[in-house]
Amino acid sequence: MVARGAGDPLGRVVDVLIVGGGAAGLRAAIAVAEAGLECTVLSKVYPMRSHTVSAEGGAAGVIGVGDTLDEHAYDTISGGDWLCDQDAVEMFVREAPRELIQLEHWGCPWSREPDGRVAVRPFGGMRQLRTWFAADKTGFHLLHTLFQTTLKYPQISRLDEWYVTRLLVEDGRIEGVVAIDIKTGETAAVWAKAVILATGGGGKVFPFTTNAAIKTGDGMALAYRAGAPLKDMEFVQYHPTGLPFTGILITEAARAEGGWLVNKDGYRYLQDYDLGVPTDKPKLRSMELGPRDRLSQAFVGELDKGRTVETPYGHVTFLDLRHLGEERIEARIPFVRELCRSYQKLDPVTDLIPVRPVVHYMMGGVHTDIDGATPIAGLYAAGETACVSINGANRLGSNSLPECLVFGARAGLAAAEYAGTAAKPAARAVPDEPLPDGSGSGERIADLRTEMQRTLEDAAGIYRTGDDLEKAVGSLRDLRERAKKAKLDDSSTSFNTERINALELGCMLDIAETIVASALNREESRGAHQRSDFPKRDDEGFLAHSLAHQGPDGSPVVSLLPVTITRWPPGERVYGR
Amino acid sequence: MTVLEVSRYRPGIDAEPVFQRYEVPDNDDWAVLDGLNYVKDSVDGTLSFRWSCRMGICGSCGMTVNGEPRLTCGTFLADYDGVVRVEPLHGFPVIRDLVVDIEPFLEKLSSVSPWLIRSGEDPASEFAQTPAQLEAYKQYSMCINCMLCYSACPVYVLDPDFLGPAAIALAQRYNLDSRDEGDRFDVLSTDEGVWGCTFVGECTSACPKHVDPAEAIQRYKLTAAVRSVLPWVRL
Repeated sequence: MVARGAGDPLGRVVDVLIVGGGAAGLRAAIAVAEAGLECTVLSKVYPMRSHTVSAEGGAAGVIGVGDTLDEHAYDTISGGDWLCDQDAVEMFVREAPRELIQLEHWGCPWSREPDGRVAVRPFGGMRQLRTWFAADKTGFHLLHTLFQTTLKYPQISRLDEWYVTRLLVEDGRIEGVVAIDIKTGETAAVWAKAVILATGGGGKVFPFTTNAAIKTGDGMALAYRAGAPLKDMEFVQYHPTGLPFTGILITEAARAEGGWLVNKDGYRYLQDYDLGVPTDKPKLRSMELGPRDRLSQAFVGELDKGRTVETPYGHVTFLDLRHLGEERIEARIPFVRELCRSYQKLDPVTDLIPVRPVVHYMMGGVHTDIDGATPIAGLYAAGETACVSINGANRLGSNSLPECLVFGARAGLAAAEYAGTAAKPAARAVPDEPLPDGSGSGERIADLRTEMQRTLEDAAGIYRTGDDLEKAVGSLRDLRERAKKAKLDDSSTSFNTERINALELGCMLDIAETIVASALNREESRGAHQRSDFPKRDDEGFLAHSLAHQGPDGSPVVSLLPVTITRWPPGERVYGR
Repeated sequence: MTVLEVSRYRPGIDAEPVFQRYEVPDNDDWAVLDGLNYVKDSVDGTLSFRWSCRMGICGSCGMTVNGEPRLTCGTFLADYDGVVRVEPLHGFPVIRDLVVDIEPFLEKLSSVSPWLIRSGEDPASEFAQTPAQLEAYKQYSMCINCMLCYSACPVYVLDPDFLGPAAIALAQRYNLDSRDEGDRFDVLSTDEGVWGCTFVGECTSACPKHVDPAEAIQRYKLTAAVRSVLPWVRL
């Protein structure tokens, strides 16, 4: 039994418990603190290690002369292939600039114009310059600014390197979580009036991803097991430009600054995929500044035509930055050069960069309303963990950082308001559950993980078919059973990372099943979900979100929920013409 | 095959750290971290270490490689001849294997009030800050908190109370920010602050992000010295 007193690390009920210490979690924490309540940020890593740190290109928010909120909304909605909830998008574009200015007031070192105003750059799928940036380490600066700012609030406490194993839900109401202190291996109940899940995405369900090792979909799986549905999980974003082998992201900013995508013949192949005609200077919503889904699909087209180059780490095309010159590369995208030199042993000033599409972001997540509220009272989600949805079937680059800020703040405020009136959960002994240990006799965690990743790549990659997805349903169910008998080498308590890896694998298998089931159910092609057997968008049948609930046998059950349309009826996505 | 010689310590099991040898396949593209992950995944699941982004920005995977503090995701096996020895970052208490206790470091970071300090209302729009004003503190904002500089610092190894390179650089990151009105004199101008530094410069050499903490410390010594004799002057 996990008893309060024996294990409760706080000895009290927290107003708001925030699981995850990235941009959404920390922004939520500040919102709670400013509302005058106490909160605890619990994360499996120290906050500055969170994956927000890897975001490079920028954060979109209307600030420039001539830009309008409606244009940002339209770009987002058309970029999302009309699967975004338009009320959420309208609210998002309205609040994004205010959040970005707030970050400036907290010290974020945004890049500047000569007169001292914040500078903005173009970005894929955006028809105006509205992407704020801090060189090409925007996420890093944003995360450190938020983390350092949290340190000034005495209302914010932290449980660093704790891992949540389950949510405590009673009568449809959240009461806290059960978590492991990774350092000691001890398990404790952490009681809270409200809980916000902000654990990021789960790109590690795929073998080749820009996502950090920690991106295992924990928050999504926790909510799903507790009865909250996961929404639009079939929409997985491939970013068109990852370095082969490592999967390290080469930011879209490289193309925004004028970089070209070329095939093995040096030909700017995007012109063959209805993305416009090549121009020397970057043109907004055209060619290399098209949306990520279309660019990644174009890569597959080149692969099929034999116009890619084979490397030991898969086929590649090339990103050409050479014409930008050393000065511009150093000034605007220095991290791109640093990464290429360190990890690819080349210099983009003189060399072509080999790139291939790489799993980058999950449009889907825990079903929430525009305040981050889930169907479970007192449980909220924000950032990549959540699906509001503002991203629809394909997120536009530079919308995710402001999403973390806008919805982190909103979830924080809503959770604080809820916690202000909610009854305190009665701390009590809760049943313990066995943790993975050395008693299993089956396969290694890493082998099971690798098989899951291959299954997902084969069945739920850039193009999918019903047959492949059907097969994957069976494979994943089988993997779930095998994972229960996994063999662990490590049965010790202190910093047992193998045990955490086993728990993470469980989370990934759950969300992998929702991805496959939702993809199988959606018999159309929209945005990042392309079915070779259903190549057309079908607004009659599928202008709707997928909701995956966990069924009684543990497998997902998928239903549909209509999309909210306010002012932009579904239309054709037009780029480059 | 490449031989990794890895420091192991499991509290309650090992009395003190011992070295364990693992053979990993040769691969020119592998970082030291890839070698460790090969061991973890295929050979010995009990080996524990921190890592996450494997692109040199999260700051998790700092360890001692052949005696030097390094980010293991950006340090390549092919650059070493013979046995590669991997130990936890020197200068920090070891929790287990290659995992060190970073709580003291976080306390130091917090102690310099690393946030924008201002009085009065914020404007409705952004503060103006020219590229030159940004440049004045930019490099000190590039610290990823990997703690390699502490591991390299001969003062910190002898005196764990020394505020240390990253925390002082972070204080200067805010001191030199045109938007900041704060005063961090009391925490910086002490024997455990900038005056503890003997200017060896190892911190700057160790930094994988080209931050120059040594310069931050020397600059603040000048600021503090001037302020001691001319208290009304602000540098």
